Amino acid sequence: MTRTPTTEAARLVFVRDVTLAWRRWDEVAQPLIFYVVVTTMFPLATTPDLSALRQIGGGVVWVAALLSSLLALEALFRADVEDGTMEQWVLSGQPLGWILLAKVAAHWVLTGLPLVIMSPIVGTGLGLPVSVWGVLMLSLLLGTGTLSVLGGIGAALTVGVRRGSVLLSLLVLPLAMPMLIFGSRAVSMQMDGDSPAGPLQLLAAIFFMALSLGPIAMSAAIRISVEN
Amino acid sequence: MKWTWFHKLASPPHAYRILGRIAPWFGWAALALILVATWWGLVKAPADYQQGDGFRILYVHAPSAWMSMFTYVVMAVAAGVGLVWRIKLAHGAAAACAPIGASFTFLALATGSIWGKPMWGTWWVWDARLTSELLLLFLYLGYMALRASFDDPQRADRASAVLALVGVINVPIIHYSVEWWTTLHQPASVTKLDKPSIQLAMLIPLFIMITGFQLYFGWAISRRLRGEILRRERNAKWLEEAA
Amino acid sequence: MTFDGASFEAREINAWRGDRHILRDVSFSVSPGEFLKITGPNGVGKTTLLRVVCGLLPAETGELHWRGKSIRGGRDEFNAELGYLGHLNSLKADLTARENLKFLAGLRQSLTAAAIDATLDRVGILSRGDLPARSLSAGQKRRLALARLLLADAALWILDEPVTNLDTAGIQLVETLIVDHVRQGGLAIAAAHQRLLDDAPCLRRLELEP
Repeated sequence: MTRTPTTEAARLVFVRDVTLAWRRWDEVAQPLIFYVVVTTMFPLATTPDLSALRQIGGGVVWVAALLSSLLALEALFRADVEDGTMEQWVLSGQPLGWILLAKVAAHWVLTGLPLVIMSPIVGTGLGLPVSVWGVLMLSLLLGTGTLSVLGGIGAALTVGVRRGSVLLSLLVLPLAMPMLIFGSRAVSMQMDGDSPAGPLQLLAAIFFMALSLGPIAMSAAIRISVEN
Repeated sequence: MKWTWFHKLASPPHAYRILGRIAPWFGWAALALILVATWWGLVKAPADYQQGDGFRILYVHAPSAWMSMFTYVVMAVAAGVGLVWRIKLAHGAAAACAPIGASFTFLALATGSIWGKPMWGTWWVWDARLTSELLLLFLYLGYMALRASFDDPQRADRASAVLALVGVINVPIIHYSVEWWTTLHQPASVTKLDKPSIQLAMLIPLFIMITGFQLYFGWAISRRLRGEILRRERNAKWLEEAA
Repeated sequence: MTFDGASFEAREINAWRGDRHILRDVSFSVSPGEFLKITGPNGVGKTTLLRVVCGLLPAETGELHWRGKSIRGGRDEFNAELGYLGHLNSLKADLTARENLKFLAGLRQSLTAAAIDATLDRVGILSRGDLPARSLSAGQKRRLALARLLLADAALWILDEPVTNLDTAGIQLVETLIVDHVRQGGLAIAAAHQRLLDDAPCLRRLELEP
């Protein structure tokens, strides 16, 4: 038998998570439903007038996407830590950061990506024109990806904590504010006819930084969490 | 070999004694400087030709904002030292910093709000510095909440250390993004609660106050760290012997 | 499969759980072909010691040596030669027995379907291969965890109460596996209450006292 290369190990973890989620697809659908419900709340709370909703539409879609992503993140590592799989991953001899990144990637494909795909539909309900769909989806692609990593760090820190989901939101949301600013601003700029290149580039920079530093923080946090 | 002094300092009994001795010095010096700066700022410094007397609260607002960030950095550095070199006292220092930093942040927000009311007519304004301070307050509160959620003190130390390090990387990003966000609607002004045109006469009380706050920080952290040491070492022999 | 040059040594391990100083200056060594059985009353720190050896728990002081070198700085290499069977079976309820092995043991070694089947057969649950893990009995789950350990191709086995939930046949299986493993030059460390290879020539004891 030969040792499994790291990329293959990461692939196995990714496939495993997608397989597991596929067998419980109702759990995967919940954040999406939440997404639609939350965005529906805003017109109901303010006004049915689409031209008024359009002013804040980009921001609302972004906030709803972040909150929906966060919902699914709390349980990201919990099951694996509780049944002992996580400690086997720590002991696998594979770099833990890659394994955790594969898990985060699976989570994003199952949660973030569907949110991105649904965003034009939800945005239309808030008066956003077709012209901003591209920027909306691109900004959310980067934003939900970054949030998956940040949320992964938070989830790793709060695994096993009682009422962990509230604490997780408290830890992750302040860190997500810059993305929120740049992402929703990109959508507004596109709507006003300005180029959204600036904020989009900043979003991309934040995303790549999260991608490179996130696994280190996640590994450190997970090792602390499996000590018991 | 030359690190022995460092390791000696990191030993709880030594640290406890040293901190106990230097704390009063910090405390009295801080009190003196803060009183001087307050008098200077309120009485001696000239009123601003634009903002009148209301701006004087800047002498408390600006130093507290500075200290809130300084404390976060100290907290993150202490947490990092504790995490990498496994020095428990460093973790204690980080824990001690958090409430002090949060208080400075809250003071900055409160004084900012008081400053804004007579000038802008509202108790809150989404100014760049105030918004950044608010987000910094969230970071402090999150840190303290995470610490409190663990029963095991070592896990609390190490998990919150990771959080502090992640946070300190984010602080400049948050700052920049908030600055950018506030300039979008008013390209002319950067911060509404900006310092009025600075004269030398204004810089002096400002620096005295900042120094006073730094000394206050020294006093507060000495006292808190002693408390942390007591709590963490409550079963240790040296404590029984000292008592 | 032989594991040459493998030896393990622990020196002056001290560990705390919360405020309790649970391991005091624990030292021992294990050579190839040896099975070290750790005994002691409940709560004395057997599980803690095993987890410190794995690296899951940090020791306040002390050193661990593998193949003559300290493992500090070379954790992943050490872990690659280590197989851990803890209290938990590390199984996903929604995956079949085969899938469990593929997705977990497969992270360490490239597994063929034949290898998986052979191992399932060795631990006696080949017929259960395509059933979801949740439908296995407690004993069968433990056997599946043993299968994972076998597929890890590890020189050092660390076992925490390995015969939990196993019947007499299961206990014999564990004993056979350990004996075969050390005969090939492997090392095994186990914490156990019950009789486990108590008369075997390869056995050495470490009794932890409170």
